[in-house]
Amino acid sequence: MNYEAVIGLEVHVQLRTASKMFTRVAAGYGEPENTLTDPVVLALPGALPVMNKEALDKIIKAGLMLGCDIAPVCKWDRKNYFYPDSPKNYQISQYDQPICLRGAVEIELPGTARNVMGEHKSIPLTRIHLEEDVGKLTHGAADSLVDYNRAGTPLMEIVTDPALHSADEAFAFLTALRLTLVQAGISDCDMEKGQMRCDANISIRPVGETKLGTKVELKNLNSISFVRDGIAHEIRRQTAVVTGGGTIVQETRQYDGEAGTSAAMRSKEMAHDYRYFPDPDLMPVKVDEAWLASIRATLPERLFDRQRRYLEQYSLPYTLTSVLVPQVPLCEFFEEAAQLCGKPQAAANWIANDLQRELAAAGSAMADSKVRPAHVAGLVQLVETGVISNNIAKEVFVEMFATGEQPAAIVERKGLKQSTDTGELEKWVADAIAANAGAAAEFKAGNEKALNPIKGAVMKASKGKANPKLVDEIVRKQLG
Amino acid sequence: MADDLIHRPAAALAALLDAKKISSLELVQTFVARKQSVDGRVKAFNSLDEAGALALASASDARRAAGQARGTLDGLPVGFKDVIAVEGQPLTCSSKMLANFVSPYDATVTAKLKAAGAIPFGRLNMDEFAMGSSTENSAFGPTANPWDLSRVPGGSSGGSAAAVAAGEVPFSLGSDTGGSIRQPAALCGIVGFKPTYGLVSRYGLAAFASSLDQIGTFARTVEDAALLLGAIAGHDAHDSTSFKVQIPNYRAELAKRKGPWRLGVPKEFFGTGLDPEIGAAVRQAIEFYRQAGCEIKEVSLPLASEYAIAVYYLIATAEASSNLARYDGIRYGHRSKAATDAIDIYAKSRAEGFGEEVKRRIILGTHVLSSGYYDAYYLRAQKVRTLIRGEFLRVFQGCDALLSPTTPTAAFKLGEKSADPLAMYLSDIYTIGVNLAGLPGVSVPCGFTGGGLPIGLQIIGQPFQETELLAIARAYEQGHDWHTKHSSLS
Repeated sequence: MNYEAVIGLEVHVQLRTASKMFTRVAAGYGEPENTLTDPVVLALPGALPVMNKEALDKIIKAGLMLGCDIAPVCKWDRKNYFYPDSPKNYQISQYDQPICLRGAVEIELPGTARNVMGEHKSIPLTRIHLEEDVGKLTHGAADSLVDYNRAGTPLMEIVTDPALHSADEAFAFLTALRLTLVQAGISDCDMEKGQMRCDANISIRPVGETKLGTKVELKNLNSISFVRDGIAHEIRRQTAVVTGGGTIVQETRQYDGEAGTSAAMRSKEMAHDYRYFPDPDLMPVKVDEAWLASIRATLPERLFDRQRRYLEQYSLPYTLTSVLVPQVPLCEFFEEAAQLCGKPQAAANWIANDLQRELAAAGSAMADSKVRPAHVAGLVQLVETGVISNNIAKEVFVEMFATGEQPAAIVERKGLKQSTDTGELEKWVADAIAANAGAAAEFKAGNEKALNPIKGAVMKASKGKANPKLVDEIVRKQLG
Repeated sequence: MADDLIHRPAAALAALLDAKKISSLELVQTFVARKQSVDGRVKAFNSLDEAGALALASASDARRAAGQARGTLDGLPVGFKDVIAVEGQPLTCSSKMLANFVSPYDATVTAKLKAAGAIPFGRLNMDEFAMGSSTENSAFGPTANPWDLSRVPGGSSGGSAAAVAAGEVPFSLGSDTGGSIRQPAALCGIVGFKPTYGLVSRYGLAAFASSLDQIGTFARTVEDAALLLGAIAGHDAHDSTSFKVQIPNYRAELAKRKGPWRLGVPKEFFGTGLDPEIGAAVRQAIEFYRQAGCEIKEVSLPLASEYAIAVYYLIATAEASSNLARYDGIRYGHRSKAATDAIDIYAKSRAEGFGEEVKRRIILGTHVLSSGYYDAYYLRAQKVRTLIRGEFLRVFQGCDALLSPTTPTAAFKLGEKSADPLAMYLSDIYTIGVNLAGLPGVSVPCGFTGGGLPIGLQIIGQPFQETELLAIARAYEQGHDWHTKHSSLS
């Protein structure tokens, strides 16, 4: 019997805000323990929460990016439970009225090859709500330590419908979600810093069955690759259990990414009663049309909308779009260069390949690059108009990356212009044919490839400045 | 002089300071001495930072000498119920749980009073976490009523009321969740003012029931209550439930309002359970207003009188069960020495740290919010609460304020109701609806029982009509001399 997996994801994402969710203390990562605290974070007697509007702006932005319905009122509830990472022993969250409902994340599955676009799907969301993060516990041999720096950081929880069916879909989902949120400035989504965390609910069922099987919650998936590997592992595990005649137990399992194994967590089987009720310390906040409009005006282009535009408007090959699109600064650079030179594909090639490579080698960021879109556009034009060859252009690129000098100036200063002096070319070609008599004979016998060593010799003699098109013409003429 | 000073209204003391007839240091020394002489019997204070208060008094005198006094309150001592945070001072909530807790920050009201030059003077006893009506639920022992030391001062702000009544401080702050200012004010023969919900910031007030709690004032006179209220009222960016309303100079404004007013008398507040002596005193007060030209009309509050206590004990306990969850012995508060792991720390620390009444309410509130009971209890209670508020607001369409007794009985004996929580809860029957509806209310002295115990008249005002409410109260006060009487305690 064949089985299909049904997967639902719960993704927690810290919002990038200046201060915490309900107080003015800075939100941040990597500060000395317990320095990002105040009476509200520490839940001292008498402290009261006050909502951070920036956080609400950002989650609404996320909701609008993902096509969610935005609730007309932002309402806060208390989720009551005792745990030492939560100093109030309740978490301020949103229970029955999440700020964002429905919506979807567009994903792209792997194609059949690197240069082939994969299938696109829309993964429906159940809800997105806002809450506060908890502190961090470190367990020692005899005691446990609490760091409250993370406590109170704005946290959004994104819940999908049980609508994913493979580890690859989960991987693609998180990739697309992360890019969307990073590009919109909503979160940095650094999983190593815990800014994005994912739990997966996984069940399997015979293909054709519509009822959901018993689900297992998989935790500790702390990288996107671990999510993929962990889900794949869990699907295999469940399939093996069922085909072996066993039944799936509803449980929470912890995945060990390094070992590639999972184990049931020792958890109390009693269901939690969180005793949700509206937080009397916080007034509901009305979200009106004007507010939504002001956020809508700041939405960046959606990830795959941009990719489709590059494919259609600029006729870029898929591979180039898949390099550019994940990186907004690169995209902005590209669009400006393409605009300036009118040759989008050539500009995209320089940016996706040479610029990326040089930046990586120098270990610097796009913003620090001395090469600006005008440099790339200038270089493209020099090649297009035959002033320099592509090979010379590569040399010029390295030079302008290092100095920031305009490409035309470099060509001028170093005398790199292609030679179009036919007298000089004729002589180089004649010398080359003489020196490669064997190749000349082969060409005459019909071997087209035999031209290459002759043209190579000409280029060598010209120190690369010979115009390849002219060289080709003259060689053919002399051998003709 | 000293004996005379301790019973003078704060406004009169301010005038003496202003005229440089006394110094703030002398004034504070006087109250320190009074506290030392009587508080062994009254037990209104949980603690008093004498050195700190004297230092602030000297600083105030220096400002005044330099012509830089910050206003009427500069140099006047103010007592604090031990539930309102003052930086560097204990904040115990009269609980073993917080017996060693020192607040690292100021409540907003504290910051405002300090900015006005007032001197935080002592941490005043209360029912643990403001849960109670007699101040007997204090981990540090009960406070006595200065009029009769064998009787309770009321509660939960019993220390704040008794300290003022005993002449240990000219005025003080309390908090009122179901009557916790008005009831002890009535039982101690002073003025107790509970503002509209949202008028005074709750930031720094250790929460009992967030949607009901409100900080208010105890004073000898309505004018003093107005003076102190003016210093603490106003919107606060640290409290989302505080309202953006203009704060008038209450003290200056109230003198301008002379009535006559349309005053409602809720007939249900004069029924079974009301001590006849109290009923008679309150009816005389109503008669006074009638003769002063006010229109007196009988009104009806059937829902408030029938359901307020039930609704209150569902909502208040639900909120409390969540608000008090933070007292767990993990980062601060009492931690059981017998605990072995995290769960054990919670269970044992809370079992040891909380008193009986607090535990009773946490358990009740936890139950009220539990899955399967939420709709029947909490949600239903909230709906009835909305109806009760609507009932009050409808009555207010025809009147400016309501008159009633503050309490059904005068001060009862220490221990008399300790074993019967329900009887204790009923002592708030006339005050609790006001909190559910978020209204302002004041208790002013309106006579004495045959046994010499004070009686309070409750006046309930319209939302944010504090000025009018104070003016109505003052009109009564000016026609009587109850407020000039004080106990013979010496």
